[in-house]
Amino acid sequence: MPITYFLILSALLFSIGVYGVLARQNAVLILLSIELMLNAVNINLVAFAAQLGDAGVGGQVFALFVIAVAAAEVGVGLAIVILIFRNRQTVDVDDMSLMKW
Amino acid sequence: MTAEWWQEGTFWLIAVGMVVSALRVVTTGNVVHAALYLVGTLLGAAAMFVLLFAEFIAWVQVLVYVGAIVVLMLFGLMLTRAPIGKGNLDNDQRLLAALCALALFGVTSWVMFEAFEGEEISFDRSIATTAENVGDVIFSTYVLPFEAVSVLLLAALVGAIVISRRDRG
Repeated sequence: MPITYFLILSALLFSIGVYGVLARQNAVLILLSIELMLNAVNINLVAFAAQLGDAGVGGQVFALFVIAVAAAEVGVGLAIVILIFRNRQTVDVDDMSLMKW
Repeated sequence: MTAEWWQEGTFWLIAVGMVVSALRVVTTGNVVHAALYLVGTLLGAAAMFVLLFAEFIAWVQVLVYVGAIVVLMLFGLMLTRAPIGKGNLDNDQRLLAALCALALFGVTSWVMFEAFEGEEISFDRSIATTAENVGDVIFSTYVLPFEAVSVLLLAALVGAIVISRRDRG
């Protein structure tokens, strides 16, 4: 099976994630789109690990690291979103223009 | 029908499901549906990992992503009382965002084709990695990054609590 199948699938998912980050207004939905992008990277890493065989187990280890960092990112990101909601009663990123001139 | 045929068929089935639910994540008008469609994409990715003989990553994907991150996201949606149903979830630069994403997809897929066309993944037992292999590599070659990630997780945990607690002293 050609490895390009997996690479194209992952490129497509990453692009969909980029669209979500650019077009969404709700901060939690932007975090969801970032998860899509991180997941696309994981598919790439595991596909290359499978292609390399025994030498490629490091690729799977890095996929695990990406998952762990994604969990940390979601924790801190949601804490920030909840704090913003508590202070401003909105999670729309377009309304958070205090530091924009 | 050969084993190769079955693998390709399974790949296309999962890939189409993943792409459709990913598109629904970024276009649906209901925030809870977006989180549930994300579950579809993440489970599809776990199935891909099984197809690639990466069983440990597949289980971690199901446990951490589907079990923890999506539940956390749903809690976030609940706590921010985001409008359920048809709301204004998108901003006014949708067309520009779609063009940008399409351009990115074109460039990355072209680069991938140029670099890796004709290279194959041979699906036999020789590429299968067990949890034992992964554990060996984590605790020998990658033990320092592993410790760094665990400290990062602890810092993120403490940081999230400090940021979101009500009574700051």
